[in-house]
Amino acid sequence: MLLNQFLILGAVLFAIGVYGVLARRNGVMVLMSIELMLNAVNINLVAFGVQHGVVSGQVFAVFIIAVAAAEVGVGLAIILLLYRNRTSIDVDDFDLMQG
Amino acid sequence: MVAQNIAFGIIAAIVGISALRMVTTRNIVHAALYLVAVLGGLGALYILLTAEFVATTQVLVYIGAVMVLFLFGIMLTRAPLGNTAALTGPSWPIGAAVAVMLAGVTVYALIDAFGDDRLTEGGPLYKTEQVSDSIFSTYIVPFEAVSVLLLAALIGAIVLARKD
Repeated sequence: MLLNQFLILGAVLFAIGVYGVLARRNGVMVLMSIELMLNAVNINLVAFGVQHGVVSGQVFAVFIIAVAAAEVGVGLAIILLLYRNRTSIDVDDFDLMQG
Repeated sequence: MVAQNIAFGIIAAIVGISALRMVTTRNIVHAALYLVAVLGGLGALYILLTAEFVATTQVLVYIGAVMVLFLFGIMLTRAPLGNTAALTGPSWPIGAAVAVMLAGVTVYALIDAFGDDRLTEGGPLYKTEQVSDSIFSTYIVPFEAVSVLLLAALIGAIVLARKD
């Protein structure tokens, strides 16, 4: 197997995640796209770990999974709070800083 | 290895199509289910890369826990369960352009840098044992930091979301 197979798949998934973050209006969908981007990075870490014959790649992939779980918890709590205060999770509605 | 390449092709196709459908579908619950397909496919890719511990963690944490959180988030924010055209904003062409350019530049740089480097085959196989050895010796400080971060994040989430 080529190393680039995995790296290119990771890059494409990351770009799809970027599109999701930029184009989606629902706050939960934005969080899901961020998860997609974090996962795309994980493939790179594991593939490079195999390529270089080191275990660190897998260790850091596990760390990223843990950090992503923390991020989802806080992110969803923030979105719930937004929904409670503004009865909307459309990210285009939150433009108080536009002046 | 032909069999591995075929497996990679099938899994990569499933993952790519599911990811595309996830960011384009009009039904948010379907988007969550497509995300499950993406995460499961990535777990299979980790198996292909002989990273068994990461694959298990992926299934347990992502498909088990994070997806339940997302479904709860969808339910609690009372998103309409039917089709909603408003799920994608009016600025989606800009997002698509940015994503295509990002993918193009990254893929070009990757092909330029790694060409046709092959994955080391028959190299050392890292089992769960070695991963845990590494976590609890070399990476003990980051591991503890991640533990504290997770605790802080969970307490923060409870404080934010509780009604008072």
